[in-house]
Amino acid sequence: MSATERHGLMYWQSRSWQDWLYALALLFGVGYAQQRYSAYMDSYEQIILLFAAPTGIALGWSWGALQRLFVGSAVLALFSISLYTQELARADRVFLLKYLISSQSAILWMCALYFAATLVYWAGLLMRSAFALATATGLTWAATVFGLVGLLVRWYESYLIGADVGHIPISNLYEVFVLFALITALLYLYIEARYATRLMGAFVLLVISAAIGFLLWYTFSREAHAIQPLVPALQSWWMKIHVPANFIGYGAFALAAMVASAHLLASRGVLATRLPSLEVLDDVMYKSIAIGFAFFTVATILGALWAADAWGSYWQWDPKETWALIVWLNYAAWLHIRLTKGLRGALLAWWALIGLLVTTFAFIGVNMFLSGLHSYGSL
Amino acid sequence: MRFAISLLTLVAIASVIGTVLRQNEPLANYLNQFGPFWFRVFEAAGLYAVYNAPWFIAIMAFLVLSTSVCIWRNTPGMLRQMATYREGIRESSMRAMAHQTEFACTLPTDEALHRATQYLQAQGFRLRAGATGVLAAKSGSFSRLGYLAAHSAIVAICVGGLLDSNVPLQLKLALGEARPASSDTLLSQMPASARLSADNASFRGNTLIPEGGASSVAVINAGDGVLVQELPFTLTLNRFHIEHYSTGQPKLFASDVLVTDRETKQSFSARIEVNKPLQYRGVTVYQASFDDGGTLLNLRGHHMLAPRAQPLQLNGRIGESAELRYDGATYRIEWVGFRPINVENLATVGEGGANDTDREARGLFGRVRDQMGSGREGMTPRELRNVGPSFSYKLRDAAGQAREYNNYQLPVQIDGRPVFLTGVRDTPSDRFRYVRIPADEALGIDEFLRLRAGLLDPSLRAAIAQRFAANAVRGGSVSPALQARLAESAERALTTFSARGYQSVAEFLEQAVPEPERDGAAQIYLRVLQGATWEAWQLRREKDRLPVLDFTPARVQFVQDSLNAVSDLHFYGVPIWFSLDTFDEVKASVFQMTRSPGRNLVYLGCVLLVLGVFAMLYVRERRIWLLVRDGIAVLAMQTNRRTLDANETFARHQHALMALLSTTSSSKGAVHERH
Ligand code: HEM
Repeated sequence: MSATERHGLMYWQSRSWQDWLYALALLFGVGYAQQRYSAYMDSYEQIILLFAAPTGIALGWSWGALQRLFVGSAVLALFSISLYTQELARADRVFLLKYLISSQSAILWMCALYFAATLVYWAGLLMRSAFALATATGLTWAATVFGLVGLLVRWYESYLIGADVGHIPISNLYEVFVLFALITALLYLYIEARYATRLMGAFVLLVISAAIGFLLWYTFSREAHAIQPLVPALQSWWMKIHVPANFIGYGAFALAAMVASAHLLASRGVLATRLPSLEVLDDVMYKSIAIGFAFFTVATILGALWAADAWGSYWQWDPKETWALIVWLNYAAWLHIRLTKGLRGALLAWWALIGLLVTTFAFIGVNMFLSGLHSYGSL
Repeated sequence: MRFAISLLTLVAIASVIGTVLRQNEPLANYLNQFGPFWFRVFEAAGLYAVYNAPWFIAIMAFLVLSTSVCIWRNTPGMLRQMATYREGIRESSMRAMAHQTEFACTLPTDEALHRATQYLQAQGFRLRAGATGVLAAKSGSFSRLGYLAAHSAIVAICVGGLLDSNVPLQLKLALGEARPASSDTLLSQMPASARLSADNASFRGNTLIPEGGASSVAVINAGDGVLVQELPFTLTLNRFHIEHYSTGQPKLFASDVLVTDRETKQSFSARIEVNKPLQYRGVTVYQASFDDGGTLLNLRGHHMLAPRAQPLQLNGRIGESAELRYDGATYRIEWVGFRPINVENLATVGEGGANDTDREARGLFGRVRDQMGSGREGMTPRELRNVGPSFSYKLRDAAGQAREYNNYQLPVQIDGRPVFLTGVRDTPSDRFRYVRIPADEALGIDEFLRLRAGLLDPSLRAAIAQRFAANAVRGGSVSPALQARLAESAERALTTFSARGYQSVAEFLEQAVPEPERDGAAQIYLRVLQGATWEAWQLRREKDRLPVLDFTPARVQFVQDSLNAVSDLHFYGVPIWFSLDTFDEVKASVFQMTRSPGRNLVYLGCVLLVLGVFAMLYVRERRIWLLVRDGIAVLAMQTNRRTLDANETFARHQHALMALLSTTSSSKGAVHERH
């Protein structure tokens, strides 16, 4: 037996029964969806569905908490769907739907819980209370569950509105803001577990709270949460992979910037005794920019491939495309400085923080101030 | 390296300019925006088409060059690095490394190295033994291939993108291989110098095909003129489909086409949709947009100011124009557009700020509660309705002044009453101002025309005034003098209003009535006008041998709406209003056609880029050396990335190896212990 084979065998042998159960449930879910809905999916979408199973299993196996998140959210979402009994109006009549697990309610709960988690993380950080920090982690998980449930139920609701209206909820600015909050939170929770410290939560949750603030403003003053049908340019399987990849990128960059700000404060002695060491902050910053950069590269390429199908050209300097390039170049330069010059510390932290401004502009500024072909959301 | 980063910065800045400044607009727009001086400066800098500006292309070329040089310089060294194990390393080099340690090793050298070999192999290392008790191990060396892949990818993408940009076209123009013709030239009369042959390797053009029509060329914009690109096939549009959701958003654009190869004469059918282009003979055909392909309208023209003119029967085809003689003047009528479907939100029409106050009243918790539930819709009520076809046309007078009109075919419900909407604007940048002509009980225009004819006919005025006065005092005993004064004021109201609508009424009141009493007077005046108009309408009906109508609130409202419309029509310009009887819609599809020889190179570059980036960032190169001599072991590790987990990894290997080498007992189990 060669070394790699032995390595592989160990991977399979070290799986617990929960791991197998989880994998089985996922395979069953995908099989069920394939069997029941394959008539409504084109071959690309079926391939995406097929890949969802091993991806989900690999993710869940490498980080057990994800299994609980996925299973918990799926159970809640299915429960919510069963309460609807295929009638949208029941969202206003059934108590549990109206106040807890219809899509809007779940998303509002998500918002409230992320705000709460932010406050508790800060309390824990300032008062050096491990209990508060553990509570904050719990709140963040709860918020994430609610957000995921909200999106899943929203997906279902869109089909209740009309078979031709139904679509995966990652198609307008409102939906991707929820996605952004979820992904940033998950990336953070992973780092929290990996580095076994909860001390960065106060900073990371700030950017999530800012996103939530925007989301609420967008909901209450613009009524942006209404489910809208997809215009022809968005009716593409590319959307289903381009958008999530993009938001892993945005989420990771946002996380890096928040850790960078913690780094900058700590290196000036502010909160220095409360925060993790500069070395850890620096490492997290690099790791999350590396993750962000890799996914952003993939997302931009996927966007180009999609554009080739939708607009007739893989690249035509549309403002959104161009700003994606600017963001990409910015972090490419960041990585070059770090990897080739071995530079680290304050300069890179400042750069990561400014990178967030560039990213934010690419994310919403373009929609606000520039016009172009991207039709998924305007303010 | 520093140079490359400066170039990247320049690209980024140029890109920012390109997104902030709208690109490729007509030059006149920029002149307006910046004034003559800055206009010229920015033009010289090429800012109106940044991505085609020579300096931008030059930067890209430099980037490609410097990256290529970097690859060229680094590749041999990297390949060498990948191949070597450096098993001949000296102890002093090992001790100089960031991760290095020493511990006691009581085993014989052979046994120690054997155990270490087994351990490191199980950890995924490849090994080579050196001469003097040195073991060299490495893993993840191909992370260096990542560097090669990612940087080659940049070169591939830039070169491929250059092939597909409009640089080849610019070269052709510069070399005089093609000369653009004026864009007014008919396609059939394009000179050979403006035609590009079907085997042109790289192009991007557009073509508009009406239903039933065909095209075997694409049109390429080049500066102020156009070029014609021959295609290797003929595209015939059988049908263009457009579907809408109930909300009015477009749901589907699709073209059913017949593709006929111009060489083999063979045909096949295909469907082209947004996101589903057609590929044939190296050309990709996209659904770019759609247009009207020459819809035929059958119209009636109604004279809106002079009473009782016979309606004018007229046909018009969208995209064409004709001479129109009317009312003693000659116009040019240009049929601009036709839309079969218009979805409007009727809930917000005529609704004031009631909703806002409503919101305030609900309070914060009320509003949050309102948001809870399904994501179906917002709180603002929406009532989307298809209000039917509309068409637009321009009327150009003898002086060349044009006004544009936009009319709806069917009456639209506004404030609960059906009205015909007709909009007018002086320039395309204005919004249409709409006149609302009330529809009658049969949802037609006849009663409005009748009322207006009676209202505006001077020969009927005396009779109308008499009737009005008689009816107004019916039942009461009023002196003949008062009755005469009533008739007189009715007649004056009609005459004044007929001149220029409410405008002349306002002017009259301003002159005749002192300020403090004006409001009251105006109200009486309008009441009189309304009453007289009612009589005018009824008198006109009698003359048309129709029964006189009973007085109802709805009809009173109709009279009021008609008065408003008649008044508004004084600002309508040309006194003719067209209503649409029937139409025969012809749609046209706009296709974009490209041949992109660089595309595969770009896609290859994309694959390389992804592989390269992941390899560089996620494959960790680890080299470990173990030297065993004289009862001690020296362990050193080198990594390509200085990250925290390198410390952990080193500590892990150190502990494992210490456990393995410092004891005589067989410790196979310990190999996996800390995994
Ligand atoms: C925007 C496109 C890029 C350009 C123009 C570019 C250009 C360069 C140049 C000129 C060098 C210096 C080589 C030398 O002087 O020896 C370099 C090195 C390097 N680049 Fe890039 N690069 C690009 C993208 C990337 C990307 C996406 C990555 C991935 C993170 C990357 C990672 C590296 C690394 C790790 C090195 C150092 C290689 C070494 O010496 O070990 N580059 N690059």
